[in-house]
Amino acid sequence: MEQGANYEGQPIHEPTGWWSRYVFSQDHKIIALQYISVALAIGLTGMFLSLMMRMQLGFPGLFESIDAGSYYQDVTMHGMIMVIYLLTALFLGGFGNYLIPLMLGSRDMAFPFVNMLSFWVYFLSVIILVSSFFVESGPTGAGWTLYPPQSILEGTPGGDGAGIILMLASLAVFIIAFTMGGLNYITTVLQSRAKGMTLMRMPLIIWCIFLATFLGLLAFPALLVGAIMLIFDRVLETSFFMPEIFKGGEVLDYGGGSPVLFQHLFWFFGHPEVYIIALPAFGIISELISCHARKNIFGYNMMVWALIAIAGIAFIVWAHHMYVAGMNPYLGFFFATTTLIIAIPTAIKVYNWVITLWDANIKMTVPMLYCLAFLITFLIGGLTGLFLGNVAVDVPLSDTYFVVGHFHMVMAVSPVLALYGGLYHWYPSVTGRMLDDTLGQIHFWITFVGTYLIYFPMHYIGFLGVPRRYYSNDQYDFIPQSVNDLNQFITICALIVGAAQFILLYNFVVSLYKGKEAGPNPWGACTLEWQALESPPGHGNWGEKLPVVYRWPYDYGLPGATADFVPQNVPDEQIT
Amino acid sequence: MAFVIVATIIVIGTVLWNAVSPWWFTPLASNWGFLDTTIIISLWVCGVAFVAVSGFIIYCVIKFRYKEGHKAQYQPENTKLEVILTVVTTIGVVVLLAPGLIAWNMYIQLPDDALEVEGVGQQWVWTYRFPGEDGIYGNTNGRLFSSKNTFGIDPNDPNGQDDILIRSAEVHLPINEKVVFQLRSKDVLHDFYIPQFRAKMDLVPGQQSNLWFEPTLLGTYEVACAEYCGTGHYAMRGLITVDTREDFDAWLAEQPTFFETLNEGVEGQGKQIAQTLGCVACHSDDGVNGIGPTWKNTFGTERLLDTGETVVIDEAYIKESIVNPVAKIGSGYAPVMPAYATLSEEEIDAITDYIKTLSD
Repeated sequence: MEQGANYEGQPIHEPTGWWSRYVFSQDHKIIALQYISVALAIGLTGMFLSLMMRMQLGFPGLFESIDAGSYYQDVTMHGMIMVIYLLTALFLGGFGNYLIPLMLGSRDMAFPFVNMLSFWVYFLSVIILVSSFFVESGPTGAGWTLYPPQSILEGTPGGDGAGIILMLASLAVFIIAFTMGGLNYITTVLQSRAKGMTLMRMPLIIWCIFLATFLGLLAFPALLVGAIMLIFDRVLETSFFMPEIFKGGEVLDYGGGSPVLFQHLFWFFGHPEVYIIALPAFGIISELISCHARKNIFGYNMMVWALIAIAGIAFIVWAHHMYVAGMNPYLGFFFATTTLIIAIPTAIKVYNWVITLWDANIKMTVPMLYCLAFLITFLIGGLTGLFLGNVAVDVPLSDTYFVVGHFHMVMAVSPVLALYGGLYHWYPSVTGRMLDDTLGQIHFWITFVGTYLIYFPMHYIGFLGVPRRYYSNDQYDFIPQSVNDLNQFITICALIVGAAQFILLYNFVVSLYKGKEAGPNPWGACTLEWQALESPPGHGNWGEKLPVVYRWPYDYGLPGATADFVPQNVPDEQIT
Repeated sequence: MAFVIVATIIVIGTVLWNAVSPWWFTPLASNWGFLDTTIIISLWVCGVAFVAVSGFIIYCVIKFRYKEGHKAQYQPENTKLEVILTVVTTIGVVVLLAPGLIAWNMYIQLPDDALEVEGVGQQWVWTYRFPGEDGIYGNTNGRLFSSKNTFGIDPNDPNGQDDILIRSAEVHLPINEKVVFQLRSKDVLHDFYIPQFRAKMDLVPGQQSNLWFEPTLLGTYEVACAEYCGTGHYAMRGLITVDTREDFDAWLAEQPTFFETLNEGVEGQGKQIAQTLGCVACHSDDGVNGIGPTWKNTFGTERLLDTGETVVIDEAYIKESIVNPVAKIGSGYAPVMPAYATLSEEEIDAITDYIKTLSD
């Protein structure tokens, strides 16, 4: 438990110049910022692609350049960018890097050089991904799940070009980056905690990032294997996933493979991936809700065990994405049961957050607003998951807009709300200045209400049976004109929400220079990252002496103390 | 306060919306009403949970707003409360799961006494096969596919000779009779989905998947592909007409058997070839451009290419566009058509003749 003490007084990878300070930096804080910047930049690209999609759905034919092929390319790249290159990278590479050493009272990550490498390899994966926009026939349009056979055949955009190969190669490189970062996070959490920081005194967000990393390290290899085998199928004409195929008037040179096998590999990764994104969001909410409600988090032990249960069960629910995929139908009983069981620890998380609000002293700050919005959105998204996870209920709803509404609520809007809450909360720790509150409020309201208006109605056109991934609904008599009108409304909402994200960027830049001075601990938080000597924390984080931890991280409203919070590094006898 | 107002509107609006939504299930036309019931049960259970939890949040925000100098209650654990909540949630989960599993059991138990139909998917058309008088399908093999034998039936299998082939997107079914669809795909994943029947199942190349239902309402219903299958996914539309038994029998008697199609001449069969190869999924015969340009009134006209040049649509251009489609792409179209390089001269001529007949 006292491994951190080994670093006491030792200078580590001290930067020697501008390059090693800001570019090839080994400081976890700089690496975190690099991750966040690149992830946000590629995330903006992903948002732009979604608006292109929305333009086609809301105003078909307005942009002649959006043909069916490019529509599907937008769908595919939007999905992959948002899930992997934005959210996974930002939560673990960004928040994980910034918070793990600071919250645990370490000088840096366990392996700073590998940490730096992790970012640059991630950057390379983004470059490879982006390069696919510039090859002939463009990026892959196979849908973000990249299901073979169509993903590697002509008839799908980029399927016979370089698009799909670049996509798969980029994923493989990303996984290498993630593995380097992930081993680092695990090791740091297990080995570099400050004196007194027992596992059960760690802030919940560290638990969340730790477990999400575990999930990633165990789940990503399945995707890596799938990606490599798919590249082989495409380039060397092996047939791991390819059965006999008759296409274009001839029998192709494939045979004997199974397309369903790829789906198992993909979702063995893909479902834990949902939690790789959701757990850090849970963690952010746990920190923010306790701090801004000025109350201890309710049921810490239960929260930790619920997290561990979620992380464990997350590995045995994957085939709920495949109920109607043509797998053995009896598997449906098992996967429906496990899927609904995972709802129980997830519900416990929600209960504990809302009970934390009971008899609290709630400050309606921007981070708190994001917490509350997260709770409402996550409730909707989580509850609709019970429809889709419940096998027979999934049959009419699978692959309709109900699914689009559900997963955007639960793993797009919810994590992004948590993410924004986290950015508003920790911006002062990074920059020493507060973000502008008015701009923050405007950004919050547009984002929260706007996204609800975008995704909530989608559930109902899903009930109607409108299939997702349709470039146009015109051919179908069962889809009434009112669906197109609704699509127009949703597109307008999406454009407004999209534009509102620039308020955040503007706020970021302006507050850097004009923001109110934050001081060392503007929110009155208990966790260690706010207790550093310097604000913002300097290289090595703690100056000469490492912090020592005496209590759990949620001593808000501790009886007997004058202040409404007691930081983790304050011993009992110093409480006033 | 703004949050309280907006959140209250959202919660009430979300609940009320279920009563007033203009978008709801399509009218049920099969035996799968129980699936609708499971959705309704889920809506109730989840609706109660949603209102309870959001109501609690809103109440807390009103009641426990920040007051300077006030301190929150300090209560890290309350085991009793946690146990109660866990038990209540577990009960809710069981209430949801039980009907779900029961419905699924019904869904996957294929009836023995059902009419059998084979549904075959390919980019981006549906075709069907009935086993014929002997009630046994002829063996199929992925290696036997050809533009002549688009179902890949073994020509030497006696059971296959009387198989009835439906080489168009419309299939008929008798009302109030159970039907089992044996689904397979020639190329990529597809999904056989009829919204009014609620039923849905993927088609996977290299294997068979099954789906059963019982149509309960006369009429024509649309089949929509619900598994992304390439650029033309959204255009992969089929039709199911539910007939009385007499009408169904009459319709079925008109359809050709495998034996008959084997002995069809190619000449004059351009329309049929275009249908079975899937050309019609992108090239309409009614003047409306789809993924590809329509064939109506195009023969002999000039086409603007994406290079800015123009080309006259004649026999040579049609042949080149079939054998090597990306050579000259029409302006405004994506280069997504597969090459049909193995078609015989006769087949290409037949298609060309058919395109000619579409010009007034």
